[in-house]
Amino acid sequence: MKTENTAIDNVLTRLKEQILSDWMNDVGQIGDHQEAEALLAALHDAIRADADAEKIDDPALDKARNVLRGLSQTRAAQGSTAGETSQFILAVKKPLFAGLQAQLLATDPQRLMAAIWMISTLVDSLAQWTVTAYQRSREDVISRQQQELLELSTPVVKLWEGVLAVPMIGTLDSGRTQMVMESLLQRIVETGSELAIIDITGVPTVDTLVAQHLLKTVTAIRLMGADCIISGIRPQIAQTIVHLGIDLQGITTKATLADALSLALKKGGYVVTRPSK
Amino acid sequence: MDRIPILQMGRCLLVTIQVDMQDQTALRLQDDLSTAIEKTGASGVLIDISALEIVDSFIGRMLSNISAIASVLDAITVVVGMQPAVAITLVELGLSLAGVRTALNVERGMSLLQLSLAEERHGDARNDDISSPGEPSTAA
Repeated sequence: MKTENTAIDNVLTRLKEQILSDWMNDVGQIGDHQEAEALLAALHDAIRADADAEKIDDPALDKARNVLRGLSQTRAAQGSTAGETSQFILAVKKPLFAGLQAQLLATDPQRLMAAIWMISTLVDSLAQWTVTAYQRSREDVISRQQQELLELSTPVVKLWEGVLAVPMIGTLDSGRTQMVMESLLQRIVETGSELAIIDITGVPTVDTLVAQHLLKTVTAIRLMGADCIISGIRPQIAQTIVHLGIDLQGITTKATLADALSLALKKGGYVVTRPSK
Repeated sequence: MDRIPILQMGRCLLVTIQVDMQDQTALRLQDDLSTAIEKTGASGVLIDISALEIVDSFIGRMLSNISAIASVLDAITVVVGMQPAVAITLVELGLSLAGVRTALNVERGMSLLQLSLAEERHGDARNDDISSPGEPSTAA
């Protein structure tokens, strides 16, 4: 063991309880005694194993990283901020330094400096790593939600025998369009439907890119041998389409889903009547 | 070398592509089909590509070429049974097969073909009514 590490080891062994309680007092609300104890133990092990503070993926830091991973995940789930999490970890420095100072200041200031530098680097890199891990777990949550949103927002429904409808909700990007296209075409094959209605009531804006995606979908449906109606074009969107000079020629468009359904029924040879009372 | 069979059903020719097409196969089909249309005087061509899983730009262009050739020889082409993946690929390649009629399966393709032929006949009949009796008819 390096000499400064021996000193730290000594302090950690003797003053463990003192450091823990000082640490808890410092951080107050954001502290958790169990987490702190586990982290301090992991830190102690890392010091004993002469961990390289500059290299966060040092095997000697495995235990510390495991503790921090759990910590960042629970904190991300509880909704505390990355700042609070790193603040909690960094707060361990002060009681540790105090302990080291008491032991070494009078006898060996040089070793004190080395020990403080060692602890500081180690805790800093661990805190930094935790913020990264915390961010990653938050990003995982976001991407999972995005995926769920994607799947939820593109259901293909059967409106009538031979008539399918896709109510599109949210912004259309290429990923969404691809997903809609695939599921719609698959359902056309499965059900043998000859007509698909794409309802864009829930699409907030239509720009040239969105229009291009829509055109692609319509073309693919036509290639399969089915027909396509686009419905739910709001007045503002109709104006935007014309202003942008988007060519929707050759595509049947209807103002509402009801209009589209009535056209679909007419094409299928159905007549809707109300029996007279 | 694979050769794709061309079957005659009344006034229509039926082409079912059951293998993944290679460039040579497609070129040969184009040759065979144009010869067959000329020989039989068919007025409709139905191409079933339901077993075709993979297309590239060449095969896509071949499909649209074949239908263009058929229409020059006065035959209507209907492509049936295109798989979703194939449709998406063609769209991404920018091939929309404009001018090609499509249908979901052979049965519907056949009825679409009959319908189109009947319409065309009516159209011809009306044209004949308008044109002077001495003018040669366009029908072969």
